[in-house]
Amino acid sequence: MTSAIPGLRVLSPGPKTTIQDTGRTGYRRHGLAAGGAVDLHAYAWANKLLDNPFNAACAEIVMGGFRAVAEGDVTIAIAGANSPVSINGRPVGSWQSHQLKSGDELDIGYTRSGRFLYLAMAGGIDSAIRFGSRSIVVREKLDGSEPLREGEILRRLAPSPEQSSDIRQVPERFRGQYDDTLTLRLIPGYQIDSFSQDQLLRLTTSSYTISEQSDRMGFRLDGTPMADVPPGIVSEGIAIGAVQVPGDGLPIALLNDCQTIGGYPKPGVIAALDCGRLAQRLPGQTVRFRFADIADIQNERRLFHLHFVRTNWDESGNALHWTL
Amino acid sequence: MISAVSEDSFLITLSDTVSEDLPARLGSLCDCIEGQNWPWLTDLVPSYTTLLVVYDPLQVDFRQVEAALKTVVSKAPTAGNETTDSHRREVIRIPVYYSPESGPDLESLAAACELSVDEVIRRHTAETYQVYAIGFAPGFGFMGQVDPSIAHPRKETPRSHVPAGSVGIANRQTAVYPVASPGGWQLIGLSPLRLFDSEKLSLLRAGDRVRFLAITRDEYLEQGGAL
Repeated sequence: MTSAIPGLRVLSPGPKTTIQDTGRTGYRRHGLAAGGAVDLHAYAWANKLLDNPFNAACAEIVMGGFRAVAEGDVTIAIAGANSPVSINGRPVGSWQSHQLKSGDELDIGYTRSGRFLYLAMAGGIDSAIRFGSRSIVVREKLDGSEPLREGEILRRLAPSPEQSSDIRQVPERFRGQYDDTLTLRLIPGYQIDSFSQDQLLRLTTSSYTISEQSDRMGFRLDGTPMADVPPGIVSEGIAIGAVQVPGDGLPIALLNDCQTIGGYPKPGVIAALDCGRLAQRLPGQTVRFRFADIADIQNERRLFHLHFVRTNWDESGNALHWTL
Repeated sequence: MISAVSEDSFLITLSDTVSEDLPARLGSLCDCIEGQNWPWLTDLVPSYTTLLVVYDPLQVDFRQVEAALKTVVSKAPTAGNETTDSHRREVIRIPVYYSPESGPDLESLAAACELSVDEVIRRHTAETYQVYAIGFAPGFGFMGQVDPSIAHPRKETPRSHVPAGSVGIANRQTAVYPVASPGGWQLIGLSPLRLFDSEKLSLLRAGDRVRFLAITRDEYLEQGGAL
């Protein structure tokens, strides 16, 4: 009987909550977006707190405002944007795991800094798999691509035997900080030669502010526009993190739900981990660009991944040890 | 040309300009790359003149991918030879109910082109089109080339709602909207065909050849079309 499987019944989903895992693989040629958690860092920590598989599905909560009640005993974890969190009205911490007893009410308030929160359940959230993934891409308007609604129940997959219900906390130094000015590392693309030295200098010496028009598809940036932008190119496949510069001279950073092909010129592509840092910024916050080396970025990405798959929690529940 | 684009992708560029032989060449290049069964290959996005190759940077680094791609590209068949032609699937036929009722821009497009509505339909159905790319929305295929006499630019103000199945023209390209969405193409008819299905995915693939077929209002409704 499915109702015996513990879960969380949604009392309020907030402005927008969707289920996300690491996204779809192999479907972009059909015109389907990649999808997936936009902030890989906070998403991975939410799962790590529960020893979930790296790609376990979480609820991605935009701007907070989420309330749910436990149906059965469940262990959850929260990481990402800074919101007040309470259980049965009692304030508790974020970037940590919590045990909920049946009937406990979880309340995640509106975010004070950052934009995306990840709510993980021990074992991962069970939901329909479409296109090889549980990720929801709302803008595609396909069947089953709706955000979470009030009354829906987030069921958990069976936790693995190794899973512990200890309370764990992400060490302070690994927690996301989303208030400072962010410098986005850009891998220079082959179209860089179509931009002039002046234009590239403007890109790397200007400050841009995040526009209100920013979501899972992409972030528009306001600032001093680049003059005489190179003309459009023949539409080509787009990498996630691509920075495109349309005719108005203001860059747009494309994120997980972006279209699969496009024809605006691109000076480069933002490192995946920096895309997550960008996604956490709110309208009005400042970002800058600098060019970086692909080898360094790939190394950092590999180390980031290994830190989740090759470490174990120690008994205190707030430190990790490498297993080599 | 093979260039690293991001920490997880390369772009293979076959040409600077769009040409008729490219969709088939890109199609066979895709087949060739898929045939390698590389465990680190995660996606392929062909489009007009290029192929985006997406990989898992946790399994291989950019130098290894570049070397692997160079080997394949140097062996890939070029235009017009046997391998390219055999890659081609059968021509896909898309039935269309052309009428002012189903294509709100049909009469204005005909007037702008100084042709009768029937002549626009005849010219749109006379051509065998190539699918240059899939994008914009799931299953949306950019097809060309439309006869220059019926080519027409996009509408200046896009419609906020274009119904699923709408057949449109934009310059020398034509396409069918798989799902309802905003859109600026000149709409000339409706197709009852499902261009995207959650199980079968996109009906069209880059490199396919397509022919449009005029059907009557009754045939359109019989085949499941909605008005």
